[in-house]
Amino acid sequence: MRIRFEKRLAPSRFMLVATPVASVVLTMLLGAIIFQLLGFDGPDAIWQTFVTPIVAPYKWQDVLTKAAPLIIIALGLLLGNQAKIWNIGAEGQYVIGALTGAGLAFAMPGAPAFVAIPVMIAGGIFGGMVWAGMPAVLRTRFHVSEVLSTLMLVYVAMQVLNYLIGGPWKDPNGHNFPQTPPFTAAQTLPHVIPGTVIPPGFLVAIALTLVFWVLTARSVYGFSVRTVGVAPSAARYGGFDASRTVWSTLMISGGMAGLAGILESMSQLGQINLGFPSGYGFTAIIVSFLGRLHPLGVFLAGLILAVTYVGGQVAQTVVHVPEATAGIFQATMLFFILASDILVRYRLRLVRGARRAAAAGAPA
Amino acid sequence: MTLEFLIDALVTVIGVTTPILLAATGELVVEKSGVLNLGVEGMMLIGAVTGFAVTLTCGDSLGDFAPWFGVIAAGVAGAASSMLFAVLVLTLGSNQVATGLALAIFGIGLSSLVGASYVGMVIAPFNQAFPAWLAEDPIGRVAFGHSPLVYFALIMVIAAGWFLNRTRAGLILRAVGENDISAHSIGYPVLAIRYAAIAFGGAMAGIGGSYFSMVITPMWAEQMTAGRGWIALALVVFSSWRPGRLLVGAYFFGILMTLELYAKASGFSCLPSQFWAAMPYIMAVAVLAVMSARDVAGSEAPACLGRPFMPNS
Repeated sequence: MRIRFEKRLAPSRFMLVATPVASVVLTMLLGAIIFQLLGFDGPDAIWQTFVTPIVAPYKWQDVLTKAAPLIIIALGLLLGNQAKIWNIGAEGQYVIGALTGAGLAFAMPGAPAFVAIPVMIAGGIFGGMVWAGMPAVLRTRFHVSEVLSTLMLVYVAMQVLNYLIGGPWKDPNGHNFPQTPPFTAAQTLPHVIPGTVIPPGFLVAIALTLVFWVLTARSVYGFSVRTVGVAPSAARYGGFDASRTVWSTLMISGGMAGLAGILESMSQLGQINLGFPSGYGFTAIIVSFLGRLHPLGVFLAGLILAVTYVGGQVAQTVVHVPEATAGIFQATMLFFILASDILVRYRLRLVRGARRAAAAGAPA
Repeated sequence: MTLEFLIDALVTVIGVTTPILLAATGELVVEKSGVLNLGVEGMMLIGAVTGFAVTLTCGDSLGDFAPWFGVIAAGVAGAASSMLFAVLVLTLGSNQVATGLALAIFGIGLSSLVGASYVGMVIAPFNQAFPAWLAEDPIGRVAFGHSPLVYFALIMVIAAGWFLNRTRAGLILRAVGENDISAHSIGYPVLAIRYAAIAFGGAMAGIGGSYFSMVITPMWAEQMTAGRGWIALALVVFSSWRPGRLLVGAYFFGILMTLELYAKASGFSCLPSQFWAAMPYIMAVAVLAVMSARDVAGSEAPACLGRPFMPNS
C-alpha cells in the first residue's frame, strides 16, 4: 500500500474552504503541544492566544484595530498573488505611504480637516504606489525579479523612515525621541462609532472587501489576472498584456499598502515613530494565502491573524510565553495552508501493490 | 597610519563578507538544482541562535572545542529547518516563493523564541584560526588573523565551483536544474538530488548565521542578521549562478557594508548614516537591474528555477 497523488480535473471547492480551517485548528493543536513541551501551560496559552481576544470585553475592538491594516494590505496583494507577481515588500510601501501623507500634513499645517484628510490619504496611496512602481519599472524594463526588488526596498524604506524621523521631521518637543510631531486634530481621523475605539480603517476594509469581491469575481480585469497566473501562454494568446498585469497588480498592492499606512498613522498613532513598521506588510502575505486569495477569505483571515496578534500579547502577560510566539503561530499557519494546497489540486489515493507507480517509470 | 587604516578596513571587509558568502554559496547550489529557497534569512537566524546556544552550554565541558560544536550544530539546525521547506515544495509541490517566505518568517519567530533566554549573555569570540604570533605584523594579520569560518567560506565557494563544473555529480545536479523532466526520464532521482541540495543550502545558511552570533558580536540579539540573508539571495542573481563571480560579488557587497560601518563610526561623510545603511540594498537593486537587463532571455538562470516537479502524478 502506498499513497499516490492524482491530479483533479478541477480544484476541489470543499478542500479550498476546508484546508484553511484545518490549518488554523492544526496550528492550535501543535501550538498547545509545543508550549506544553517547552514547560508552559499549553492549553491555556492557546486559549489566551485564540479565544480570549474574542470573548474578553474590549479586546475584540483591539482585534478590529489590528485587522484593518492586515485586510487592506492583503486585499491589495491578492491580485498579484493570483497572477504570480510577488510583491513581498508591502511593509516598505506601507511605511513610505505613511511618510508621504505625513509630509503633506507637515507642509500644510493650517489646513482644515476637509482638505487635510483627503490630501493625506491620497498622498499615502500615492507614496505606496511610487514605492511599488520602482519594482514594476525594474521588472518590465530590466527583467528584474520583483521578489527581490520589492524586498530590498523594504530595507531602504526603513532607512528613509529612520532618517526623516531622526532628522528633518524630528519632533522638537519630543524629548529627543526619533518621532515626528503629533498630527493636529484636523489631520487625525476620529473614531467612527461613538463609545468604541473601532478605527475608521476597519470600515474602509469592509468597503474594500466588497470592491475587490466585485473586481475579482465580476470583472474582465480580475479574470485576466487569474489567467496570467494559471496559464501565462493562454493569457498571451488571449491578448492580456503581461507587463500591464505587472504594473496594475503592483500599483494596486502598493497603493493599498500605502493607504493602510496612512490610515494607521492618522487614527492609531497620531504621528510616525520608530515602532511604526510593525510587520503588517509581511503578515498580510500570510493573510492573503490563508484567505485563499479570495476577498471574503482574506477578510476572515485578517480577523484570525489579528486575533493572534492581540492574543499573543495576552498570552505574554498571562502565561508568560515570549513575544515571538505570535510570529511562530502565523508562520505555522502558512506552512499548513501551503502543505494542504496539494489536497485542493490533487486527490489522495491509496494504491495497492506499490509496483504500479514504479512500472510507470516513477521513482519512489 | 594609512597602511594601518587600510589593513583594518580590509579585515573588516573580510569579516562582513563571510556570512553572506557562506549563505550565498549554499543558495547557489540550491538554485542550480532548480529550487528557489527564499528562507535564507530565517535559516541564518536559526543557525545564529543554535551556534550561540551550543557554544555557551558546551563551554564548560568542551573548552576550546565548544565553538566547533557550535558551528556544526548551527549547520545541522539550518539543514533541519530547510527540510521543512523541502518537504513542502518537493513532496507536496507547494509554491516555492510563498513557502520560502514562510520559512523566513518562521525562522525569525523561532530564533526569537529560543533566543529569548540567551539575551545579554556573552561567549568568547570564535576568531583565531591560527596562533596569535602569526597574525602580529600587518600582512600576517590579513592572511592569518581571521576566524576559521573565513577560510571555510573561501574553501566552500571554490569547492562548489569545482563540484558544479568538474564532477559528474555536479553535472547531474545541473541537469536536474536545467531540465527536470529529462533528468527524471533518464533515471536520475530528481527529488532526492533536490532534497540534498536544499539540505546543503540550509547548512551553509546556518553556518553563515552563526558567524554573526559567534564572531562579529559574540552574543545573541533578535534578528541580528539584519536582512543579510536577502542580500545573499541577490548575490546569487548577481553572480549569474557562477561561483567565481559570487566570490567577487560578495566582496563588493562587503566593501559597501564596511563603508556603512565606517560612516557610522567616524562620521566622515557628509551624507547621513542612514544613506550608507541603505546603500547595500540600493546597490543590490541596481546590480540586479544591470545583470537582469543583460540576461533578457533568462538563459543564465537555471531553466527549472522555482518550478514544482511532481513525478507521481
